[in-house]
Amino acid sequence: MSCNGFIALAARDLRLAWRRPVDAWLAVVFFAVAASLFPLGVGPEPQTLRQIGGGVVWVCALLSTLLALNTLYTSDYNDGSLDQMLLSGHSLVLLAAAKALVHWVLTGLPLVVAGPVLGLMFDMSPRGLATLTLTLLLGTPVLSLLGSVGAALTLGLRSGGALLLLLVLPLCIPVLIFGAGAVSAVELGISPAGHLSILGALLLLALVGAPPAAAAALRISVL
Amino acid sequence: MTTLGNATIFNSSTEPILKAHELACRRGGEWLFTDMSFEIYPGQLVWLQGQNGRGKTSLLRLLVGLAEPDRGTLTWHGEPLHKAPDFKENLVYIGHTNGLKDDLTVTESLQFLARLHNRDDSPLSVPSALHTLAMQHRAQVLVRTLSQGQRRRVALARLALERRPSLWVLDEPFDALDAEGIRVVNRLLLAHTARGGCVFLTSHLPLSLDASRVRPLDFPHGRAP
Repeated sequence: MSCNGFIALAARDLRLAWRRPVDAWLAVVFFAVAASLFPLGVGPEPQTLRQIGGGVVWVCALLSTLLALNTLYTSDYNDGSLDQMLLSGHSLVLLAAAKALVHWVLTGLPLVVAGPVLGLMFDMSPRGLATLTLTLLLGTPVLSLLGSVGAALTLGLRSGGALLLLLVLPLCIPVLIFGAGAVSAVELGISPAGHLSILGALLLLALVGAPPAAAAALRISVL
Repeated sequence: MTTLGNATIFNSSTEPILKAHELACRRGGEWLFTDMSFEIYPGQLVWLQGQNGRGKTSLLRLLVGLAEPDRGTLTWHGEPLHKAPDFKENLVYIGHTNGLKDDLTVTESLQFLARLHNRDDSPLSVPSALHTLAMQHRAQVLVRTLSQGQRRRVALARLALERRPSLWVLDEPFDALDAEGIRVVNRLLLAHTARGGCVFLTSHLPLSLDASRVRPLDFPHGRAP
């Protein structure tokens, strides 16, 4: 029964995104534009670019992910769909997980694909690019999951968008540190295994903890 | 007929399906209502009346579990509402927002709501429900292109999907509907109560239903709106 709700909600949100592609493109375009500004501002020195590349791409990925977060539940809240979800009898945890999954598919996954392309601008080595891709694959779902908790908590609040950033950004710092750290480690010839393991652990933790937290936050915000 | 608290009760069956006992609701530090007690029996159509700002929508949200009362209790077949396992399965709530997405078609919207609430969303039932509300000719258009009245009809088409004697909680269902729309909804309400279902609704408009079929319910006196 609960899986039906998960599938129905995920399918609906993907269909809505298909109908409004601008929203889906916004994150990846922002990511590309913001990351492209750094080589222009810092200068074309390959050594410098290689040093800052991982961090820059990760900061831009973080900001792009947060860009679309404040609308995650707002439209459902405003048009009454959220009430219907709360009354559906499906597990709210699974419904929150479906929302986070679709958010990742629409914003995180394009960043995983675009990340290596932007990495080339920073003169990253092939191993560095592969590591960057892997860190984005492990880290962006964590950003979506943490973001979904923040979006649920700030639902219906005035200045919710700004509050959301203040809430979620500090929580995302470990992902940023270990994501960028893994890329830097590879560029310095060190194994990124430790960084990747911690990112994997963060992903598992977020997968287990974020949907129930988002569900509880939704109840608090709506009830 | 019995009296409980400040509300008059018309019993049409021995066991109430939903019982509200001394409900109180506060908004922004002020009491919207207090000591609101009533029971809903199978086959009843309850019309909640009250001036604007009296707390009708708030009471409806309490009834469906979308809000918590500041005082009092709500039970479903004798169980506290939040513990009753079958409450949500047997509930249809249509608030003043329609729960429709602008970028879905009429059919997709209704199908999604049916699927979400584990109702029949088959290729036969959804068009049939839209036909009941005379919206079949708009089935494939986006919701954003509909008028307010048409959106309301699509939201209310959920009622035409219902087969079980459930509880319908409707917030101003006749808003934006034309005379024909109101007639169709009235037919659905009567058919539902005839099969043992219950309806709890608010409406600013006088109901165009046989008065003997409607149980009016007002807020307790003594609170300035």
